[in-house]
Amino acid sequence: MNLIDDYRNPHRLQERLEVARRLATRRWTIMDVCGGQTHSLLRYGIETALADCMNFIHGPGCPVCVTPAEVIDAAIDLSQRPKVLLTTFGDMLRVPGKTGSLMQARAAGGQIRMVYSPCDAVQLAERHPDLTVIFLAVGFETTAPATALATLQAQARDLKNFAVLAHHVRVEPAMRGVAAAPSAPLSAFLAAGHVCTVTGYESLRSLAADFRLPVVVTGFEPLDLVEGIIGCLEQLESGRAEVENRYARCVRPDGNPDALRLIDRVFAVSHLSWRGFGILPDGGFTFREEYSLFDARRRFGLAPLSTLPADRESSCTAVLMGIIRPPECPLFGVTCTPDAPQGAPMVSSEGACAAYYRYAPPGATTDV
Amino acid sequence: MCLGVPGRVHRWLDRSELTAEAEIDFGGVRKRCHMACVSQAVEGDFVLVHAGVALAILDPSNCRVDLPMSSDDEPDR
Amino acid sequence: MSDTDDPMAINVDVTCPLPRSHDAERITLAYGDGGRLSRNFVREWILSRFRNPALEALGDAAVLKSSGRLAFTTDSYTVTPLFFPGGDIGTLAVCGTVNDLAVSGARPRWLSLALIIEEGLRWETLGRVLDSIQRTANAAGVSVVTGDTKVVPRGCVDQLMMTTSGLGELFGEAPLEASRLQVGDAIIVSGPIGQHGAAILCARDELGFEPAPVSDCACLHVPLMALQQAGLQPRATRDATRGGVAAVLHEWCQANGVAIDLEDDELPASPEVRAVCELLGLDPLFLACEGTFVAAVPPALIDSVLRVLRQHHVSRAATVIGRVVASRSTPVCVRRAAGRQVPLDEPAGSPLPRIC
Repeated sequence: MNLIDDYRNPHRLQERLEVARRLATRRWTIMDVCGGQTHSLLRYGIETALADCMNFIHGPGCPVCVTPAEVIDAAIDLSQRPKVLLTTFGDMLRVPGKTGSLMQARAAGGQIRMVYSPCDAVQLAERHPDLTVIFLAVGFETTAPATALATLQAQARDLKNFAVLAHHVRVEPAMRGVAAAPSAPLSAFLAAGHVCTVTGYESLRSLAADFRLPVVVTGFEPLDLVEGIIGCLEQLESGRAEVENRYARCVRPDGNPDALRLIDRVFAVSHLSWRGFGILPDGGFTFREEYSLFDARRRFGLAPLSTLPADRESSCTAVLMGIIRPPECPLFGVTCTPDAPQGAPMVSSEGACAAYYRYAPPGATTDV
Repeated sequence: MCLGVPGRVHRWLDRSELTAEAEIDFGGVRKRCHMACVSQAVEGDFVLVHAGVALAILDPSNCRVDLPMSSDDEPDR
Repeated sequence: MSDTDDPMAINVDVTCPLPRSHDAERITLAYGDGGRLSRNFVREWILSRFRNPALEALGDAAVLKSSGRLAFTTDSYTVTPLFFPGGDIGTLAVCGTVNDLAVSGARPRWLSLALIIEEGLRWETLGRVLDSIQRTANAAGVSVVTGDTKVVPRGCVDQLMMTTSGLGELFGEAPLEASRLQVGDAIIVSGPIGQHGAAILCARDELGFEPAPVSDCACLHVPLMALQQAGLQPRATRDATRGGVAAVLHEWCQANGVAIDLEDDELPASPEVRAVCELLGLDPLFLACEGTFVAAVPPALIDSVLRVLRQHHVSRAATVIGRVVASRSTPVCVRRAAGRQVPLDEPAGSPLPRIC
């Protein structure tokens, strides 16, 4: 079978959308916590197709968006130092910090290069011994194994000119934060399939139980998403609140132990600041002591991240929590656009506001 | 977040622990990917790749579990 | 040219701080300074490749004779890397300008060629690019009739930049203008989309795809002239360069006060481009093409237009991808799997690979 196209089959998608529509006796509110799922829900018109019978909230699903502005500023600072080459994912180049974006920093002379994989940055370090290659690492648990692997590769090759400015975040604490918010009108979670590919879903059981919320592990193709939605609806309509896996081809209950071991070797769970949220307990990873040589923060004596929720983006927090939908923010599409983002969910194309702006721009009729 | 794409393991290139690499075929286009997290994969397996690192061996028996209720043709394997 | 058997090269050694052997391999500032070195350069590197009376007259301006109305265009070219699968900066500089003329309804006739060279560029590199220009121009039936060369200090330009201006003669009665799209018109693309953008991205960032996507860089005037000769006048044609097909469609919608609906499963893209887009989170609609045009065609002409286009190699995969509909707030929409029309963004900046 075709592992992409079969999950995009328009005919089957229509059938399953109809099943979802018939299941819903109430107007439930489902939250996805992964920008990629937000993107697919909108790109394939699933949200529009189901808009008449349920609400979607796009939660804190984009590690690019939730990276604090001061991390970007630190990366810009590093890129302007002599004999430094700053590398990062393409996603990060246009994200504004307080002092502009990496793209703007490059125009101003910063040494910045896009890479596809953290391991590519290690190869650059090997090829350019005269430069210190720094990788700005962001991402959920999905991406953390790649950064851990890159660090271990650099260590194995004794590359002293490789360092990582890491801001890896953990999804479950954010889901917990959202579920605990008193004003969040949440009925169920679509859990991020690729995060769960690494972490598994055992740890989500207490979340489902504590907050009486169905949690359905869901993939990214249109049919995966509709299956996830159907899973949520079946539980909601029958009064259950369990963890269910609808992305079984990728996700095992215990995730990928090898990937988890890589993360655990290099990183320790710690409190971490999320843009739009502030500090989240156990909200991310920081380098273990043994790998401090590779920690750009220590190596270059960067100031520690402020512990205050510095980004005063109250509307953004409300969007990330699902308290308001992007179009309900007074700035949406007015002063806050993808070209001039004012806050976290507008900064990357995966952010809830940017995805809305792209696929349902202000002024668009809802049913085109 | 987390763009992950399925591809077929075409050829193992390196079996070392940390630098394990294989050539992965994505619909006719091949790219070297890191295999440290899927060391038990064999050629012909499908793996899920994110940021150049394979994160899971896809379970073929579950590919159809994810695609229930087909009123018409079953996906051919 | 080999500087060692040229008596002028000895003078260079006296004034140039670079060692002689270096000078033989690399272009120095002296070649852009006018005088004998420049003249030798023109003779050995330019006239040897581009032979035509207008150029060989070596006047300050080329004198041309034309029988009809002219179309005139100019474009500058810069690309990293200079050489990529499917072409190089030279093929790009000819095709790009030829295509701007062709989609305007003109038969390309004459080109100017202005080179801005970073000192230190290898002669061999320049030679390969000039060979490409010669080959592509000959194949397209255009003559390089005037030009200019500047050599700038290291760092002022990345290796090599060039500008080509093009003059063409209108082959129809009227130029093709993008101002007459009508509701019901079909949107046709002449071939698979996104090839050039994907090829450059993969080559520049060394993404290691095998086989790598190949640029579609090609001249498009032949099929466009064939349409004209067959009496088939598209309402508008445009080559889908920067911003890809999405940019063209957005411009058309704005200029014509219409909207456009695309069908996702009709969009032609090669397996390489599709795979690269899946892996890097890109959309072929936003990737540049350099040998693919978009045409808006009245419904009655669709079949005939496709038949003519498919007779030509560069447009053999021509296909309908959508249609023009009445104006609305979301100008360009794509119908994807869920059967709904989903708005397509207007491109802003070049697409960047993403992992999110």
